[in-house]
Amino acid sequence: MKPPGFIYHRPETVEDALGVLADVGPDAKVLAGGQSLVPMMNMRLAAPSHLVDVNRLADLAYVRVGTAADGGREVAVGALARHADVERDEAARAELPLLAQALRYVAHPTIRNRGTTVGSLVHADPSGEMTAVLALLGGSVELRTATASRTVPAGEFFVGPLESCARAGELATRAVFPVPAGRTGSSWHEVARRNGDYAVCGVGALVTLDDVGRVAGARVAYISVGPVPEVLSVADVVEQAPVDAADWVAAGRYAADRLEPESDIHATGEYRRHLAGVLTARALREASARAARLEETILEGSR
Amino acid sequence: MSGTRVFGEPIARREDPRLLSGHGRYVDDIGQGALEVAFVRSPHAHARIAGIDVTDALDVEGLAAIYTHEDLTGRMAEPLPLLIPHAALTHGRTQFALAKDEVNHVGEPIVMVVARDRYVAEDACDRIRVEYEFLPPVVGIEAARAAEHLVHDDVPGNVAAHMVQEVGDAPAAIAAAPNVVTLELEIERSASMPLEGKGVHARWDADDRSLRVYTSTQASTSVRAAIAAKLELAVDRVDVVAPDVGGGFGVKIVHPWPEELLIPWTAIRLGHEVKWTEDRREHFVSSAHERGQVQRIRAGFDDDGRLLGFEIVLWHDNGAYTPYGIIVPIVTTTQLLGPYKPGAYRAEFYSLYTNTLIVTPYRGAGRPQGCFAMERTMDAIAERLGLDRTVVRERNFIQPDEMPYDHGLIFQDGRPLIYDSGDYPAALEKLKKLVGWDEFEEYRAAARAEGRRVGIGMACYVEGTGVGPYEGGFVRVEPDGTVVVATGLTTQGQGHQTVFAQVVAEELGVPIDRVVVTTGDTRRFKYAVGTFASRAAVMSGNAVALAARKVREKALRVAGEALEADPRDLEIVDGMVQVKGTPGADIPLSTVAVLSNPLRYAFDEEAKRATQFSAPADPDKPPVADDDEPGLEGTDYYSPPRSTFANGMHAAIVETDPETAEITILRYCVVHDCGTLINPRIVEGQIHGGVAQGVGGALYERMVYDEAGQLQNASFMDFLMPYATEVPVIETDHLETPSPLNPLGLKGAGEAGVIPGSAVLASAIEDAEGFRISRMPISPSELHHLRESQPPPGSGLRDTGRTGSVPATGGQEATNEEVTGT
Amino acid sequence: MTDTDAAERNHPVTMLVNGVHRSAEIPARRLLSDFLRHDLGLTGTHVGCEHGVCGACTVLVDGRPIRSCLQFAVTLDGAQVTTIEGCTRADGELGSVQQAFQDCHGLQCGFCTPGFVTTITAFLDENPDPTEDEAREAIAGNLCRCTGYQNIVASVLRAAELANGSAGQEST
Repeated sequence: MKPPGFIYHRPETVEDALGVLADVGPDAKVLAGGQSLVPMMNMRLAAPSHLVDVNRLADLAYVRVGTAADGGREVAVGALARHADVERDEAARAELPLLAQALRYVAHPTIRNRGTTVGSLVHADPSGEMTAVLALLGGSVELRTATASRTVPAGEFFVGPLESCARAGELATRAVFPVPAGRTGSSWHEVARRNGDYAVCGVGALVTLDDVGRVAGARVAYISVGPVPEVLSVADVVEQAPVDAADWVAAGRYAADRLEPESDIHATGEYRRHLAGVLTARALREASARAARLEETILEGSR
Repeated sequence: MSGTRVFGEPIARREDPRLLSGHGRYVDDIGQGALEVAFVRSPHAHARIAGIDVTDALDVEGLAAIYTHEDLTGRMAEPLPLLIPHAALTHGRTQFALAKDEVNHVGEPIVMVVARDRYVAEDACDRIRVEYEFLPPVVGIEAARAAEHLVHDDVPGNVAAHMVQEVGDAPAAIAAAPNVVTLELEIERSASMPLEGKGVHARWDADDRSLRVYTSTQASTSVRAAIAAKLELAVDRVDVVAPDVGGGFGVKIVHPWPEELLIPWTAIRLGHEVKWTEDRREHFVSSAHERGQVQRIRAGFDDDGRLLGFEIVLWHDNGAYTPYGIIVPIVTTTQLLGPYKPGAYRAEFYSLYTNTLIVTPYRGAGRPQGCFAMERTMDAIAERLGLDRTVVRERNFIQPDEMPYDHGLIFQDGRPLIYDSGDYPAALEKLKKLVGWDEFEEYRAAARAEGRRVGIGMACYVEGTGVGPYEGGFVRVEPDGTVVVATGLTTQGQGHQTVFAQVVAEELGVPIDRVVVTTGDTRRFKYAVGTFASRAAVMSGNAVALAARKVREKALRVAGEALEADPRDLEIVDGMVQVKGTPGADIPLSTVAVLSNPLRYAFDEEAKRATQFSAPADPDKPPVADDDEPGLEGTDYYSPPRSTFANGMHAAIVETDPETAEITILRYCVVHDCGTLINPRIVEGQIHGGVAQGVGGALYERMVYDEAGQLQNASFMDFLMPYATEVPVIETDHLETPSPLNPLGLKGAGEAGVIPGSAVLASAIEDAEGFRISRMPISPSELHHLRESQPPPGSGLRDTGRTGSVPATGGQEATNEEVTGT
Repeated sequence: MTDTDAAERNHPVTMLVNGVHRSAEIPARRLLSDFLRHDLGLTGTHVGCEHGVCGACTVLVDGRPIRSCLQFAVTLDGAQVTTIEGCTRADGELGSVQQAFQDCHGLQCGFCTPGFVTTITAFLDENPDPTEDEAREAIAGNLCRCTGYQNIVASVLRAAELANGSAGQEST
């Protein structure tokens, strides 16, 4: 299990990187954390002719909490931010707890020390937690070439299993995770065979409450149950219900009915669907409780 | 006693500082200048090799050589040896070192590439084209039994071996019994999966025509013999060393692996050091697996739950070849008896070929399957009669006053299956107390009130350990006082450098830090069998003890002469030979060693004392007596009449999530009896490791082949060995029933922990869920589907489709299926 | 696919390994694990799976544990690397994590051990006084086939004790 040879490029700036990518053509891979690419190369399942190592692009090693163009809040994650950087970023945790809630399920800490969040998005593994987080939050990925730049919303970014819409010559420079507006709580639930394994099913949930504690919005996103991260609204089932009376179990059933997971050696599709229903209910219940607490905290704070 | 008392103490391991500071020496750490090998291995389960084209690989820079079967000559071109022949193995088959004409499993080596390094070797492998003509693959026990296709053309029915052992007339006893249960059980494939794969390094010295081979093996002496035989070298010109070995668990007892022959073979041809380090993918598809069995059981019993007759037919998947014979199913059918008297007993097995990787012993070596069979039966009897599961077991126990107990069967070593000792009722009492068996219903009720689902289970085993034929030990006291100890069997983490040192330090009366132990190095000890079947402590422990006793005897004799004392009045304390009760009348053991070797030449001060002009000697006697030898050293061997039988019992409490079907082990309790303990801490470590593998085998690990014979989970991503978060806290308690069979009273402990894993967890999950668990391992997905397939809750235990008919109430079973062969 | 076999280019790489400047000319595809083991002769770092799951090859890069089998050495040109060999004390005696493993019988065959020791070293730097659950979680990305992890969890706690004890000694 040794990787095949490749021509190695180590640009020092983003502009240089884009230049190299433009030069070397389609048979090139960007190397950031390498936590998915290198195992594939070790198994000789991937054999790019060129590797463009972006680990020197210090400009891209950031996690920034700020105000978006539309006035909302957002967490922007540069291409060189490791999962561990995002997970530990106090400001990001405070504004967008879902990031850390989901990141603790991304493999093991040692992998998170090296793997990058943006890299995992580009890798587009349907079991990758951050794909669903981006999709759930309605985030986007910025893709740049030497001559152009485009921002692709999550809904269009993930094309299929292990396939994002990033094209040859493009460098994903950052991902933007919008902070949900209003009194929104979040939760991530997942069942994996072992601690740190790819999920058999994983669910992220966002529940937004109105001023009087009724459910104003409830959305969930899934990993490991479809070719791309699946986002569903369960608002039809629970909207306007008082938070402690919402039928989360029914919401779970509603969501599970809309999924068509496949079987693999670890679990049947049918079990995954069942699990999706259970975890959806659990995640929604927890997210709603967090939203409710958030409300109290805000109210207490204002007193 | 003295300050040298170390036997039986939980002392820290002496090998640890080296291993902990990065100074271990595993086979891939050796030979930095060696050429490296990679193999083209079959990507197909069953095919004829139509052609091999290496042309494209020839211009890879750094390539040294490429070999196929055509290049092999003499005995190297013949099939590998069948290590353990057996009369019942009527159709034994083994592979070639490099495939000739046909491949029979994915991973079988076809082409060997030698290159500058492994990267380059793999580049060359990528460029070699093998043309295959596909043959239909036989995958799984069902397909093997159906025999619609054959793995080997000349093996009818895919049956490698068929064997029956019986005592009494079990079918008649069952027919006459007032109660009968029938179970159909299945255990899936798993594997030893040591963290270090296999590896071989060979160095040929062309000047003195000698070969030194380092291999990650459990049997270096036998690898040596095999290499000499296959390479047609004088055994005397070959040495084999097992350096630090990164775990074995059975897989490394198999030998010679193709690579163990091919690497030295090519090292000689190329006149260069050559090395092969197995990678993880290779280990998955080209080493060995174990466990896969389908079992059909019928047990007849009286109204108290006592067995009257027990009959098992099992189908054992032995993979594509049978290099290690039929040890695994023999162990299953003899060891499933556990601590029980089975009444009349009949065991029949079919060992079947499939186009999958070979099946050879993995820690437990057939015992986990046997334990599963018997313990599932015990639970089924308890359920049928409405009895507590521990009560049924207790009623079937062999009692302490019935020891030694002769089962009337032949064990895997060809010797009678006679239990030497054990106190099963006492062990059960300890276990019940440890786990709180009698209080569990209160806990269950409390948990239920919280909406939680919990269950308790237990299982017992008896393990034949310390099988022969023999091991040897060598002990020498050097003139500087160092005590050099060697034994031929190998070490894969069992702490032999510590435990054998404890034995020798105790026997000889020296501080343990003066004792240095070498294992598995044929330069130090030529005669040995190997490390398997929980035999190392029993066999080599006793052998080094016997060798040390010889040395002690000589030391006392020589010291007696020097001190002018009767040797019977001497003792050795802290490395000093002294007259008992006479302070000051003593002589260091190091000096005794000097005096034991009359010298002509003095090379240091100590040696001066032994030269012929300094030592007072009887001028009429030769310096070395006719019946003596120079030096303070001794060699001895331990060869037992038969195996010694350790035993133990495990209990577990599990929680199953009513919604997600996730299974959590809340408690795991172990009571074990492996006779006298040399080092309780090391024994406990062995138990821990075994339990973790038992948990893995019960809840996580399986080898998943598809219909085409492709292993679907050949990686650590998908072959789910437990991490720390998946292994429960293990609570242990001990009994020490010394074995009467050997001088130290030892029984083996290496495999014990793993044996009851699937049985105890199936028992606990069954208890939590209320329906029969017949197939292990079990995943949450499978548990979910079992739940879904249950009929609406009624009274008593519900059946799964996998189980034979078990009515909910007592009495003769309704559908008594006939057992059929293949 | 490219034809890289012919004349694969070497790249100069320099690292501060266990406090010593080490350099070598290596192909870009040389994994950090192989670089340490075969180019620098630091064979204490072990390779158990080469796909990043077992953790045996874990080393510290700039203080953080990473899988050395999933890194090209060339990527880490200029980095600070600590391997198991660098976890001993300056006087050559076992460091506190290593000592804890011996005290608690935290190793058997020793093959996975270097990855545990490096992982735990970094963990205790961040969390010098962990609970048993935290200790278990901290090692949950490393596979051991021998010990059943019981004594490794104990070793984490013992190492914390040893480190805290010796820190106390130094301050007196």
